[in-house]
Amino acid sequence: MSYVELMGFGPNGWGPAMLTAAGVTLAVALCAFLIGGIVGVLGAWAKLSESTPARLCADAYTTVLRGVPDLLVLYLFYFGGSMALSQIAGWFGASGTAAIPAFATGALAVGLVSGAYQTEVFRGAYLALSRGEIEAARSVGMRGWLMFRRIVAPQVARYALPGLGNVWQLVLKESALISVTGLVELLRQSAIGAGSTRQPFAFYATAAALYLAITTASTWGFQRAEAYALRGVQRV
Amino acid sequence: MRVAKILALAVFGSGLALNGAAAQGKTWDTVRIATEGAYPPWNFSRPDGTLDGFEIELANDLCARMRVKCQIVAQDWDGMIPALNAGKYDAVMAGMDITEKRLEILNFSRPYANEPASFGVGKSGPLAKLPGDGVRYDLTANPAEGAKVIEAMKPFLKGLTIGVQVSTNHAVFLDTYLRGAVEVRAYKTTQQHDLDLLAGRIDAIFGSMSALRATFENPDFADFKMAGAQFSGGVFGRGAGVGLRKSDPELKLMFDDAIAAAIAEGTLQKLSLKWFKADLTPKD
Amino acid sequence: MIDPAFLWSTLISLLAGVPLTLKLASGSVALGAVLALPLAALRMSPMAILDWLARAYVFVFRGTPLLVQIFLIYYGLGQFRPALQELGLWTFVREPYWCALAALTLNTAAYSSEVMRGGLLAVPHGQIEAARACGMSGLLLFRRIVFPIALRQALPAYGNEVILMVKATSLASTITLMEVTGIAHKLIAETYRAVEIFICAGAIYLVLNFAVARVIRTLEHQLSPHRRDAPQRRFEPTHV
Repeated sequence: MSYVELMGFGPNGWGPAMLTAAGVTLAVALCAFLIGGIVGVLGAWAKLSESTPARLCADAYTTVLRGVPDLLVLYLFYFGGSMALSQIAGWFGASGTAAIPAFATGALAVGLVSGAYQTEVFRGAYLALSRGEIEAARSVGMRGWLMFRRIVAPQVARYALPGLGNVWQLVLKESALISVTGLVELLRQSAIGAGSTRQPFAFYATAAALYLAITTASTWGFQRAEAYALRGVQRV
Repeated sequence: MRVAKILALAVFGSGLALNGAAAQGKTWDTVRIATEGAYPPWNFSRPDGTLDGFEIELANDLCARMRVKCQIVAQDWDGMIPALNAGKYDAVMAGMDITEKRLEILNFSRPYANEPASFGVGKSGPLAKLPGDGVRYDLTANPAEGAKVIEAMKPFLKGLTIGVQVSTNHAVFLDTYLRGAVEVRAYKTTQQHDLDLLAGRIDAIFGSMSALRATFENPDFADFKMAGAQFSGGVFGRGAGVGLRKSDPELKLMFDDAIAAAIAEGTLQKLSLKWFKADLTPKD
Repeated sequence: MIDPAFLWSTLISLLAGVPLTLKLASGSVALGAVLALPLAALRMSPMAILDWLARAYVFVFRGTPLLVQIFLIYYGLGQFRPALQELGLWTFVREPYWCALAALTLNTAAYSSEVMRGGLLAVPHGQIEAARACGMSGLLLFRRIVFPIALRQALPAYGNEVILMVKATSLASTITLMEVTGIAHKLIAETYRAVEIFICAGAIYLVLNFAVARVIRTLEHQLSPHRRDAPQRRFEPTHV
């Protein structure tokens, strides 16, 4: 079978399957990135806080999850995750069974790892904030949530954008690891195709091309976002 | 804080109560069965993603006999048992042999198929003349004979690389009898070691005969065949059965009765002949 | 719930994989550095075609997941056995170790070349001018002035890359190599005790990464004499 027939949209073609799988990759990467974002904000807040236990916890979290291979974290969630959730449910008195689908397992595992990196990004972005702005905000009487909403958050978002772009690329590539949990994302679909047609090169090369397409589109998107966010700011 | 705790309890409780009702009671109306989906002819995925194979048809038949609804899901082999115990599904039908080691953490129904394991080798390689060709050795009934033929095979296998699927009894067999004599490569799926056999990275594969037969039926594998003695019993247990949680004894009884009925009516034999071209019904 | 005897036996089993992890990590970092320097040079070359070639290489290897690269080299190239045999490369592509090493090397070369390029570009132009004014040029200029400063600038980022490589060796387990993660996977599939095995394996990687970070920091310290405290002068009374 020629390459065009193999990857095409005909009766024996794997085109639709590969494109669907690319869609699953995007979806799981997005979920993982969002989970990481939430965890990252919380982690940065903990790291910048005055309470030592919070700082220590956040330090331990970022050190461990940036120092341990992502594949190991995935195995932990894949083999041990459901058990942990069932145990937690058991403590609440419910004695049923809780099932986590492969999508959620993968998104959670990769999300937690990216959260460690996003913690550092947000922390760096917050520290880049000009002290003068915060002083000025305080001097007009802004406090807490209002100051966060009007002054801190928009600027942190702007400074964090380049770092977040890097983390997004990382999450996109780590989504390939989720294939070990059985989720049919792009790499897994290529492996299925490769095993069934015994043409691994065609499938993995196509997968690489699809990843490149997604990466390029993402880079372009982030460049546009950075240009918009940094409009009016004088850059060194 | 108290409100948050109550809220969390409510959410968890409602979510799990629904699951709990289905799984906990003495009455089962839906049984979720997991299979690998990559082990033809026992179970495999059709190109459009749906599952098919000996065990899928058998599962549907057994569920009809048990008067429950079947939900068959695919699960990777290496995560099969942890996910069962964690409650992701209720039963496993994936060519899983009943062994002492597994009985420590699982329950099994009575076996529904028993077939030996063998080597898959190149037709023109050093292993083409492996001794014991085609003869079946039961390692439980006759361990001495089995050990003798393994000793006879050792000089042929020495120093070669053999591929096997991770976490299977085939891997245990190689580790028990041939450790140090051969280099073992453990792969996540059987398809991966088939690819490497084709590429010539490994000299042989060791797996169940039906799986080897299904693989070698493919024209790509025209240069390969099964060779050497066939082994069953011993580390391979009593044959493949339905894997169940220890906390579901009533499910085991349901499956046992259904399998007994399937054997009595000849359905099991029919399915076995259809998929394996041989009758693998255990002679218990 | 946590069983110290099991943890200990797991640790011993996992330590058996450390030599392979270290071999893969050090091999790929070393070979990657050898490949990265010419790549960085190509990227900074005045000839557009050379720049474009290097850019394309970096784009491909940074834009695709390492796991895809590993599978492409191991399973993908395995399809072309006759052609590779003719070229005499089959002995390498046959072995998962060389395939993993190749994939890791090619991958780190892409990232390292960017790090090196950043380091080279960060050398203050004034230093180069001054060196030229003294009559230095070519290899001498590179060896005495450009390289040490570039190395110092690049070291923190390069240290990160080395740590990422140590973690990346875990992906070699997907092509049957029994380094630490491969052994961990096998143990988890056999004993079903994921949390304890994760703790042991994670600890091993954390220790390895800590050691690498320490070495990099020491190197940075050695290369930055201008940032260390001035040698203390003992106060001596002057004779009037």
